[in-house]
Amino acid sequence: MTEELHEVHLVVNGVPHDVAVPARRLLSDALRHDLGLTGTHVGCEHGVCGSCTVLLDGAPVRSCLLFAVTASGSAVTTVEGLTDADGSLGPVQQAFKDCHGLQCGFCTPGFLTTITAGLRDNPCPTHDEAREMIAGNLCRCTGYQNIVSAVERAAELIAGTGESV
Amino acid sequence: MKPAPFAYARPTDLASAVEALAGNADAKVLAGGQSLVPLLSMRLAAPAMLVDINRLPDLDHVTSDASGVRVGALARHAAVLADDEARRIQPLLALALANVAHATIRNRGTTVGSLVHADAAAEMPVVLCLLGGSVDVVGPRGRRTVAAADLFLGPLESSLAHDEIAVEAFFPALAAHTGVAFREVARRHGDYALCGVAGLVRLEGPRIAEARAGYLSVSDVPTVIDLTPALSSSESLSDEALAAAGELALAALDPQGDIHGTAAYRAQLVRALTARTLRAAYDDAGRRREQP
Repeated sequence: MTEELHEVHLVVNGVPHDVAVPARRLLSDALRHDLGLTGTHVGCEHGVCGSCTVLLDGAPVRSCLLFAVTASGSAVTTVEGLTDADGSLGPVQQAFKDCHGLQCGFCTPGFLTTITAGLRDNPCPTHDEAREMIAGNLCRCTGYQNIVSAVERAAELIAGTGESV
Repeated sequence: MKPAPFAYARPTDLASAVEALAGNADAKVLAGGQSLVPLLSMRLAAPAMLVDINRLPDLDHVTSDASGVRVGALARHAAVLADDEARRIQPLLALALANVAHATIRNRGTTVGSLVHADAAAEMPVVLCLLGGSVDVVGPRGRRTVAAADLFLGPLESSLAHDEIAVEAFFPALAAHTGVAFREVARRHGDYALCGVAGLVRLEGPRIAEARAGYLSVSDVPTVIDLTPALSSSESLSDEALAAAGELALAALDPQGDIHGTAAYRAQLVRALTARTLRAAYDDAGRRREQP
């Protein structure tokens, strides 16, 4: 049986894409398989781990809990879209590097997108707010301390108050 | 971990959505999908068709007036939580919503969808029941209002007919001299609660005129229990009265044990959270009386 295909239009990291996918294609799979953007990682695939978090029209969402066809017409930002225009690390990425906020790196794309949106909404989080910001993302390596530090470091970098390392 | 194939319709008006739903006996409504998509991915559900209502117009409203808060079917939890007017008219909404999963899930999940998903472990069904709210549904036979008390039939089972779409929920306003509170215990922040309690206390002078609590995760359906008999004789809120309220609640509940907690532990949570929630709701009522 061949499944019916649906035309899906997505603007991913500023680049428009048109793909034809079955209705059951998850946005996470459309990004990875159909568009080749493998920066978005798929962990639990039922909304618990947060690895697949992308920004949908600016708001963080689980791309594994969304069908690509539902998202058609939306703007999506993936981890590939977080670098600066010249290809250098964006502030949240730089903060993770500065603070050793990752080890195996599998969960990192979800953290980076979540924190990017979190700091946009709350540019100067308290320590507790920094923890709350990442509460929906699981990391099995780091013990989270360095990720919390990276949130606070990223806030400094964005505010332009961080000292260069 | 991929959903089984399904037919897909994305209507742009409500009549077409109802028609699509009525035309396929195995069709389901897709709104935020934060509960439905995991069920599909784990193949616990495999409907023949999904009717995606995300493109229906005029359903993403959160409107408040003196009578209460109306939430459209496409209003995301995050939008309801961020609505200052809704928080003022019925503070229990925001208190409970802060416990609904994580912010990322709340960005997509809808409050109305959470209601008709009818999960007894979810926060919003209990809130609707405690407040005596309702849900408006539209089907081939027109629009009707379903009272919260008639909405929840069993685990994940609402009283909506298969061809009906929930379009709006109504949460009544906080009444005068009344306080509310919400407490839950989950193994991890943002997880399903092992037990959760929404409480409401109404004062008449110094006396407790009404005390009710709604319970999640300790029964098959969201359950509201009138605890006034345990509290109305006491002038202030004594520990003994709160303990009696906990026992009164337990008599009407049947906490079950599972991999996350034993039945005895859940019963203890009912006792502890009943006391904490009623205390907080009582204090809230007192504060509101002082700051009209």
